[in-house]
Amino acid sequence: MEKHDIKLTINGKVYDVSVEPRRTLVDVIRDQCGQTGTHSGCEHGVCGACTVLLDGDPVRSCLMFGVQANGKEIRTVEGLAEGKNLHPLQQAFTDNHALQCGYCTPGFLMLAAGVLEKNPDISDEELVDALSSNLCRCTGYANIITAVKAAAEQMRAG
Amino acid sequence: MATAKKRILGRRLRRLEDPPLINGKGRFADDINFPHQLHMRILRSPYAHAELISVDKTEALKVPGVVDVWEYKDIADLGPIDFRADKSAEELKAFRQYCLAKDRVRYVGDPIAAVFAEDPYIAEDAVEFITINADPLPVISSADQEPGEFKPGLSSEAGLLTHSFGETERPFEDAYLVVEVDLRTGRHSGVPMETRGAIGVHNKASDVLELYGAAKIPHRNRDTLVRMLNRAPAKIHLHEGHTGGGFGIRGELYPEDVLVLLAAERLGRPVKWIEDRQEHMMAANQGRNQHHMAQMAFDKDGKILGMKDEFWHDQGAYVRTHGANVPNRTMCMLTGAYRVPSFRAKCHFRLTNKTPAATYRAPGRFESTFVRERMMDIAADRFGIDRIEIRRRNLIGADEMPFKISFDEPGLEALIFDSGDYLTLLDKALDHFQWEALETSLAKRRLNGELVGCGLGIFVEESGKGPVDGARISVDNNGDIEVLTGGASVGQGFETTMGQITAEALGADYNKITVIHGQTDRIPYGIGAHAARATVMTGSAVNITAQKVKEKALDVASEMLQMPADTLEIENSVVFVAENPSGPTVSLAEIAKRLAPGSRDLGGREPNLSAEGFHNTSESAFPYGVHFAVVKIDPDTGHVKVERFMVGYDVGCVVNQMLLEGQLVGGCVQGIGGALFEEFSYSEEGEPLAVTLADYLLPTMDCAPKVECMVTEDAPSPTNLLGLKGGGEGGINGVAAAIAGAIDNAIGKVGAVTQLPVTPQRMKQILYEIGLGE
Repeated sequence: MEKHDIKLTINGKVYDVSVEPRRTLVDVIRDQCGQTGTHSGCEHGVCGACTVLLDGDPVRSCLMFGVQANGKEIRTVEGLAEGKNLHPLQQAFTDNHALQCGYCTPGFLMLAAGVLEKNPDISDEELVDALSSNLCRCTGYANIITAVKAAAEQMRAG
Repeated sequence: MATAKKRILGRRLRRLEDPPLINGKGRFADDINFPHQLHMRILRSPYAHAELISVDKTEALKVPGVVDVWEYKDIADLGPIDFRADKSAEELKAFRQYCLAKDRVRYVGDPIAAVFAEDPYIAEDAVEFITINADPLPVISSADQEPGEFKPGLSSEAGLLTHSFGETERPFEDAYLVVEVDLRTGRHSGVPMETRGAIGVHNKASDVLELYGAAKIPHRNRDTLVRMLNRAPAKIHLHEGHTGGGFGIRGELYPEDVLVLLAAERLGRPVKWIEDRQEHMMAANQGRNQHHMAQMAFDKDGKILGMKDEFWHDQGAYVRTHGANVPNRTMCMLTGAYRVPSFRAKCHFRLTNKTPAATYRAPGRFESTFVRERMMDIAADRFGIDRIEIRRRNLIGADEMPFKISFDEPGLEALIFDSGDYLTLLDKALDHFQWEALETSLAKRRLNGELVGCGLGIFVEESGKGPVDGARISVDNNGDIEVLTGGASVGQGFETTMGQITAEALGADYNKITVIHGQTDRIPYGIGAHAARATVMTGSAVNITAQKVKEKALDVASEMLQMPADTLEIENSVVFVAENPSGPTVSLAEIAKRLAPGSRDLGGREPNLSAEGFHNTSESAFPYGVHFAVVKIDPDTGHVKVERFMVGYDVGCVVNQMLLEGQLVGGCVQGIGGALFEEFSYSEEGEPLAVTLADYLLPTMDCAPKVECMVTEDAPSPTNLLGLKGGGEGGINGVAAAIAGAIDNAIGKVGAVTQLPVTPQRMKQILYEIGLGE
């Protein structure tokens, strides 16, 4: 199959890759760029495990082809921490036991990061509504919402 | 018995496993790759039941990048997936599944052929080029229809199983009241967020086959593979990486696991298989699908005289690794926390043309608690007494512990409830959650026209069934501590749990501990993570081993500090004189150096600061719980909203309060899924109707209530030194029972809920039948 040369910027680093047009973005990020922190959970856009930020917007990377992301800025879980300093969301997730198996965690972190960056003063109701688009099978969600609220407060305080 | 003082046990310590998981550095199955690997893709049956006449692979083999394509006859020397060594029921052997379908396909999703290609996309393409010639057969779509044939001459009723004790008919003749129910539990499964994955590697130099992507029970699966592949145990190694959820279904031995190993050996290259979600929904074990017709007899005081249950267990297309474990657990846990003088349960263990069934979190218990507690609610209503009161009259008393339930059938293991004070837990929970005030406020809301109500479920769980597990602990010259176990981590916090037990027993610095699990090449034994065994069995072994290391450390420290060993304490990996904490100290690292091989100070001791220890038991530990639910029903849509949910649970000894609550809350929300949303439905033709996450509805954040937990340690288990009982299944066990009771309560009709899940359509139907809806 014919391949297309594309350029992806993932967490500030440029990746020049040659991809078949049918490769999903999540597969390109994982298999061709080696960033395996982003997980594929359902491949049909329901579970949100593959959520990444594309030019700042949370998107499901299983529902896009890699070629569609040509030239875009992508952020994944690997880019959240600054060196050894955890992002407030990461810190809040571990502080509040918001993860068990950790498979859905990168998707939740990126979804929450995208939502909070756009709307730092989001109401609790809107936050639950936004986070209800991702699935977690372990935690029962209560600790995830607690963690995201704690991180939001931290992020507002700077 | 529980230790006198807990320094580290019980604390809400941050998990040892979190750092890689929050940084995207996990090693899940699909994150594992080997140079030169091939990718496997399975062609699955589109038929629910058919004679498989031929498979034409010619065109698929021509697809560029395809290396090989297998059908059954290419692996005819490979037997079916075996039962676990200790569960092989002879009469069930004919119902086992071959790795690729032989002669017949029996469910939509049954593996027919395997393609091996250079790239996963190419493998998926090539599957489309395989042609199958099959002749459809009549479909058995439910366990309660007339049995058919599994194969010519072999009935689809694989067994008629019974559990009974006491005089069976008389109580029903003498009864003041007999309650009868006809109940169904839906087909559910664990549906972990990570699908299954398996990577097979053949090390040609050592002739060792390695399986990556293992989970739950790597050592037991190694033993099964040893038999199936006819290899020495030392020539097969299983490796568990991160596992994206288990819930009982992940980590059992499946056809794909065996195929990647065989292919790695025969094709001479590593072989990787990652399941896609659609496959998962038709290929991974399902469960719960039972139809019960049960009765309970009571005397005039509301005391139980007897219980009878005839039920149909829908096993799906094959009998997998557990044999008949689930229906057997259903029967033996049916009487729950009550004193039942006579009991007769009969299970029609039947094969159907659906995805095979096996264990899913609280197997047989979620179902049997639903059945039993439905009957208790109805009995209370018929007697005109409170739902709590009838339970009080029948709960087994603390003074009756240990409470033994023996079955008449030869060979059936007796249950011995090791410890428990069920009434105290019930009272504490009623008080903690202010049940009386809750009932009053709900009654007021009902007067205002709201359909709101509360319900409860009381249950006994089983955990820590033996027989044995062990551990090895070693402290290196840097003071780093390795806790080597044959346990498994499926996301439940195994490393933290073992770390905390080690820190408590040895006095070690928690942050210097590394816990190894799921590696059969590191340790020759291991019980894995199933049936709430990990904390009790492996935890007890770790506790015993850590104490041995402590003894050795204190012996050396005593020499170094010139003080008797029994005057010394260890905290944070530092040994000090108990009565003089600011005096001289010596660290575990220094002790380890003194014990290093070749050290002049060894004396007559074995080198190294390390030990191996075992926990043996022939008894299970039985935790117990109370669930309360509050629901509100929308009469227009039929939506049942769980407003509140409360879990009261006695676990004997808490290792980490935060993790235990995590298990209880997570289990509870899974149970809410099973009670209200989740259902693997099938058409009459056996076509699965829920093969995506858009059809099989998992609970989302907006429908998960804040689950309130009350954990007690009133009944430590006498079966182990710490008093541990398991926490993995207590969150889910009583959920359907409590929600069903709450729905009944909300609509004012006891016994209205007879089928799970109570989907909006079913709720609307119930409302319609009692004149509350259109």
